[in-house]
Amino acid sequence: MPQDVFAPWTDPNEKPIIQFQNVTKRFGDFTAIDDLTIDIYEREFFALLGPSGCGKTTMMRMLAGFETPTEGTILLSGQDIAPVPPNKRAVNMMFQSYALFPHLSIWDNIAFGLRRDKRPKDEVSQRVEEMLRLTRLEKFARRKPHQISGGQRQRVALARSLAKAPKLLLLDEPLGALDKKLRQETQFELMDIQEKTGTTFVIVTHDQEEAMTVASRVAVMDHGKIIQVATPADIYEAPNSTYVADFIGDVNLIRGKATGKDGDRLRIAWAEGQPEIVGTPNREFANGDTVHFAIRPEKVAISSEKPDSPNAIPGKVHDIAYLGNISTYHVELAGGQIIKAQTANNRRISRRSFTWEDNVWLSFTDTAGVLLET
Amino acid sequence: MRSITNFATTLVIGAAAIYGVLSTYWFLSTLSGPGFALGFASVAGSLTKFALQAAISVAVIYLVWKFLSEDRKEPVVKNLLIGTPYLWLLALFLVPFVIVLKISLSDTALAIPPYTPTLDLAAGWKGITDFFSELDFENFVWLTEDDLYWKAYLSSLKIALTSTILTLLVGFPIAYGMARAPTEWRATLLMLVILPFWTSFLIRVYSWMGILSQEGYLNQLLMSLGLISEPLIILNTNVAVYIGIVYTYLPFMILPIYSALEKLDGSLLEAAEDLGCSRLSAFWLVTAPLSKQGVIAGSFLVFIPTLGEFVIPSLLGGSKTLMIGKVLWEEFFSNRDWPVASAVAVVLLLILVIPIILFQRNEQKQREIDG
Repeated sequence: MPQDVFAPWTDPNEKPIIQFQNVTKRFGDFTAIDDLTIDIYEREFFALLGPSGCGKTTMMRMLAGFETPTEGTILLSGQDIAPVPPNKRAVNMMFQSYALFPHLSIWDNIAFGLRRDKRPKDEVSQRVEEMLRLTRLEKFARRKPHQISGGQRQRVALARSLAKAPKLLLLDEPLGALDKKLRQETQFELMDIQEKTGTTFVIVTHDQEEAMTVASRVAVMDHGKIIQVATPADIYEAPNSTYVADFIGDVNLIRGKATGKDGDRLRIAWAEGQPEIVGTPNREFANGDTVHFAIRPEKVAISSEKPDSPNAIPGKVHDIAYLGNISTYHVELAGGQIIKAQTANNRRISRRSFTWEDNVWLSFTDTAGVLLET
Repeated sequence: MRSITNFATTLVIGAAAIYGVLSTYWFLSTLSGPGFALGFASVAGSLTKFALQAAISVAVIYLVWKFLSEDRKEPVVKNLLIGTPYLWLLALFLVPFVIVLKISLSDTALAIPPYTPTLDLAAGWKGITDFFSELDFENFVWLTEDDLYWKAYLSSLKIALTSTILTLLVGFPIAYGMARAPTEWRATLLMLVILPFWTSFLIRVYSWMGILSQEGYLNQLLMSLGLISEPLIILNTNVAVYIGIVYTYLPFMILPIYSALEKLDGSLLEAAEDLGCSRLSAFWLVTAPLSKQGVIAGSFLVFIPTLGEFVIPSLLGGSKTLMIGKVLWEEFFSNRDWPVASAVAVVLLLILVIPIILFQRNEQKQREIDG
C-alpha cells in the first residue's frame, strides 16, 4: 500500500491552522506586506523564502504578535489573533540571534516559558529533561549559553521554543549563524524534530537550498507579495514566473516570440538565424506573444556531434566551472548569448571531452523547459 | 636565571634613569627656590653637582646598555615598558601611603614637621633603630577611645549607603530612558550627562547653597506656588548633603548602568514576552539581572568617594552632619594633629579596601562573561 502523501493543501475539507486574509502592513510610507492572502495547514513545514526586505520577517513577527497588521486579519485556528498579546499566544518563536538569556543556565533557559505558566515543579523538570533529550543537550544542562558552541546554542533555542508545545513554531533564519556542514546536518535534525513533535513550523530564510530541503511547501516572496506557493519540486520544475525560476537554483532564460503550434508543442522564435525552440506550454500563447523559455542547466545536454533532438543549437565553449561532482559549461551561441549546460562527473579521472573554444552542440527535449509569460 | 638577570639589568637602568630625573628636579628647584636668591656662586655649585649626577646617570645607562648582549636588549626594553606603570603606582600611591602610615605611628610635636620622630641618617645605624623604636600604635588606640571617631565612621557609612541607594533610584530610570531612546539621540543624551563636568565641582556645590538656602530659589518657587507658607530649612541639614551627593555623583551611576542596558539585546525581551512574560515580569527577569553588573559598578563608584566626601558636607551640611572626611580635615588643619589625622586616613583606607576589592571582583566577573 503506497504511503499517503502529506498534502493537506489539496484537500478542500482540511481546515488551515493559519489564515492570512488580505493582510497589509505599512511602516510609514513603506509597504512591507501588500494585500497578502495565504493558508498554512497543521503539521506543515512552511518556508517563507525571499531576498532581504521582501517582508518575510514582518509576516513572522505578525504571527508572533510583535507587529499588528495595518489592514486585514490573521486567523489562528479560526480565531482572529490581532487582539492577543504575544505572551498569550500559543505561538513560540526561535530568534535569529537565538536570544538565549545569558544569565541563565541551559536548563533554566528551557524552563523559562514553562515556569511563566506556573506549572508544577516536577512537570517543568520532566518537560525540560524531555527537551534536553530531544535536542541531545543532556550534558550541557548546567552550562551557561556562552560556554557552549554555536550549534549547541541553536539547539537550546529550539528546545526552549518547543518546550511549551506551541501550536505553531516560528523560526527566523534558524541556521543562518552556522557553517555550511553543520547547517546541512541541522536541517535534517530540524525535519526529524518537526516530524516527532507534529508541530507546525513556519521558517523564514533567504537560503533557497535550506527552504527546499526542509519545507513541505515554499512561498517565494518579493516586495511584500507572495509570488508562488508550491512544494519544493513544483517550485523548481514548474516555476510560475521568471522571478521564481531565477531565484530558485540556476536557470537559462531565453526570451522569444510564439510563432505557431505543432499539436501541443509551441514553436518559439528567439534569435535571427537560430532554429526555433520547441517547448511544451501549460497555458495558451497566441502567435506573436512574448514567451520566456526557462531551462535548468542540468537539462541541457552537450555533445560534439549534432544530436538527434527536437532542439539542437551550435555554440562554442566559453568557460568551464568544475565543481567536483558536476561541471558547468558556459557555451556561447552565435548571437553572443551564453547558455549554461551541466554534466555530472560520474567517472573519476576521465579525460574531459570538451575544452575551451571547442565547437559543441547543445540539445534538450521538447519537455525540458518551462514557457513563462513574465 | 636569564629572566632574573634581565630583571636586575632593568632595575639598574630604571634606577639610573630615576636618579637622573630626580637630580634634574633638585637642580631646577634650587634655581627657582631660595638657592637662586643666594647668587651666582651657589647656582654654579648646584650646577656642578647636577652635571656630576647627570653624568653618573647617563654613564650607568650607557655602560649597561653597551655591555648588554644583543639578545638581551629586547627583553630589557620590554621590562622597562611594562615597569613604567608600576613605577607610577609606586611613586604616586605606595610612597605617599607609607609616609602617611609612618606619620600615623608618630607622636605630635610642636615643631616643623609637627611630629616626631624624624629619621636622622647622620646618626647612622643607631639613628635608624631609634627611629623605629619610637613608632607606636597610640593614635589608633585613641581612635577607639574617643567616640567621635567611630560615630563619624558610622555616620559616613550611613550617609554613603543612603545616598548610593538614592542615586541608584534616580539614576536607573535615567539610564534606562537613555538606552531606550532612539539611536540618534543617545550621543546627545550622553553628552548632557557629562556636561556638568565642564564646570568646577566647587562652583556647582556653591550654587546649590543659592538654591537651597532659606531665601533661595527653591523656597521662593514653593512659596510663590503657595505650596508652603514658611520657608523650608534645607541648607545645613543632612537633606542638603544628600541632595548635593546625589547631584554630584549621578553621572557615575548613570554611565555604567547605561552601558549595561545599551548592550542588552532587544530580542531578549521579545523572547521573554514570547515565552509568556508580561512587560513587567520581563523587566524583572531579564533587564534587571542583565544590568546587575552596571548597577554594582555604579553603586561602588558612588559609594567609595562618598564615604570620604569632605566638600559637600562642609559646604551644604550643618554642624550636626558628622562625616569622617570633615573630621579628618579638622584634625589636620584646626587641631594640627597630623599623627591622629593620618591614623584616621589609614583606617578610612582600610574600610575602603573592602568595597574596592569587591568592585574589582565584579569587574573581573563581567569581563569573563563578556569574553
